[in-house]
Amino acid sequence: MPVTISIPAPLRQFAEGKSQVAVEAKTAGEALDRLTSNYASLRRHLFNDQNVLRNFVNVYLNDEDIRHASGPETPVKDGDTIMIVPAIAGGAVIETEVGQSLPELSNEEILRYSRHLIMPEVGMQGQRRLKASSVLMIGTGGLGAPVGMYLAAAGVGRIGVVDFDVVEESNLQRQIIHGTKDLGRRKIESARDRLRDINPHIEIETHETRLTSQNALQLFRNYDVVVDGTDNFPTRYLVNDACVLSGKPNVYGSIFRFEGQASVFWAAKGACYRCLYPEPPPPGLVPSCAEGGVLGVLPGIIGAIQANETIKIILGADDLLINRLLLFDAWSMKFREFKLRKDPKCPVCGEQPTIKELIDYEQFCGISHTPQPEPKLEEISATELQARRLRGEQLQVIDVREPHEYEIARIPGTKLIPLGHVVGRMNEIDPDVDTVVHCKGGVRSAKAIQALKRAGFQGRLINLKGGITAWSDDVDPRVAKY
Amino acid sequence: MISISTDLLDEIREHGVMDYPYECCGLLLGRYGTDGKVVTATYPISNAREESAKRNRFLIEPQELMRGERFAREHGLDVVGFYHSHPDSPAVPSQYDLEHAWPTYSYIIVSTSLEDATDLFSWEQEPDRSRFNQEEIRVIRG
Repeated sequence: MPVTISIPAPLRQFAEGKSQVAVEAKTAGEALDRLTSNYASLRRHLFNDQNVLRNFVNVYLNDEDIRHASGPETPVKDGDTIMIVPAIAGGAVIETEVGQSLPELSNEEILRYSRHLIMPEVGMQGQRRLKASSVLMIGTGGLGAPVGMYLAAAGVGRIGVVDFDVVEESNLQRQIIHGTKDLGRRKIESARDRLRDINPHIEIETHETRLTSQNALQLFRNYDVVVDGTDNFPTRYLVNDACVLSGKPNVYGSIFRFEGQASVFWAAKGACYRCLYPEPPPPGLVPSCAEGGVLGVLPGIIGAIQANETIKIILGADDLLINRLLLFDAWSMKFREFKLRKDPKCPVCGEQPTIKELIDYEQFCGISHTPQPEPKLEEISATELQARRLRGEQLQVIDVREPHEYEIARIPGTKLIPLGHVVGRMNEIDPDVDTVVHCKGGVRSAKAIQALKRAGFQGRLINLKGGITAWSDDVDPRVAKY
Repeated sequence: MISISTDLLDEIREHGVMDYPYECCGLLLGRYGTDGKVVTATYPISNAREESAKRNRFLIEPQELMRGERFAREHGLDVVGFYHSHPDSPAVPSQYDLEHAWPTYSYIIVSTSLEDATDLFSWEQEPDRSRFNQEEIRVIRG
């Protein structure tokens, strides 16, 4: 007796695209047997290996579930309609089963990653995990450069890059993701091109923005791991808090002169940055790399450690840098390690957190939005200074930079008295002549003038606006900029 | 490939967060086109039976699917797939999911927490049932 079986849309590809198939049968079970003997590849979607109807597959005979009748023995008659309807199951993942659904590697990728694949700690499974993973890098500077390049080379499937700067000459001593040809380009574009060149099999997502309390959570939610390559305290606290609130591991690194630090802050498994440093240092106490300098290779070492830990997190490795602060001194070539402990009173990851959303981090770090009115400071531009000198006016110019900076470049006819000595050597400055004070950019010279005034210096003090950099830009380009 | 609007993706995420810590689920309605599937509507299934869902782990009973199919047909649409949430778990299918799926359908999984929905991926079963492959989601503004 002919009965009609409706084929659900997803299974039609196994039945020559037909939406209905008519078969001769006496029972529902026989109808399905006929159907699947005509279309063999359909069978495995309806029956399991034991030849039993899969438990999520439901067979309806004229709108009645055959399980409520006589099952496969339910008799059918001429003109009946059989519908096959799935039930939809759900279930959270058990870790070991994840591998079943990871993306495949192409033959090209297998060749590319072969040094990974032959190690059991990575293997096919681990490499596919890397391909399925996503990492957000904050910053493409000294730390971001090796982080991005090694993660791209390792085959992390999706790398997000956050930066808003442009490539400057003084970056190239350590930010090896950018090259001389990239000077003046936006860092995210330069970084993207470099990472694509390293590995065309991965996706690079660029976010040209400053990371803020408004956009951080939104950005972080789309990535598995966040790598902190920032160089300032407000952003570092912001990255930490946003990672805690969104449950992401924060792979931390920081550098200054010859010393670096690295750790993995992951609130679900251990301490966060605030457990280690509940409060930021007073503003100005810790100088930035721009002020204090940094050995170019140092971020290479610390950034490579961050990349290493990121890859281990993705691979599910043990022995991460969790609850461990690694300290590195490049000058003495020594690594040291501190144990960290999660602080139960931590305001963001403790037992009773008081920070439940992102705050104003500039304010938290004591950086005021409205600049404090500075005591009035007399200023002169580089071109005016040059004009006064050419007119033969009596002037003395004091350079308050460090001797090693003086080695790099100097304005002719100046006297070097480093900032730290300026008060002690005050008697070397003639109070009866106008004094122009300069440094690299105008900040330290302003400090020197204030210090001299506080110390009771009676002469006229004038700050060179823009320092030796402005001199090079506006008066004499032969003076090197650094 | 599956095409879906930002608005519908937001609805799926919101549904997931609303039903947290339980799994949410629903149907994806739309069309099978030459360029993959296009989702034009979602059909949320009420998760009023958490206890039974916990017991048998079936989120959408066939009767509900039939109702959904009927709704789709009335609007000239097909069921092109399903979505469900994985509370506090990655948005990747489990072995259990693999055994309870058919090819061609899209299975969108969204990872949810108390605060919000994080990862959202679409999966399609290999025709030989051996595994799920991640499916490209083309996001349409709107």
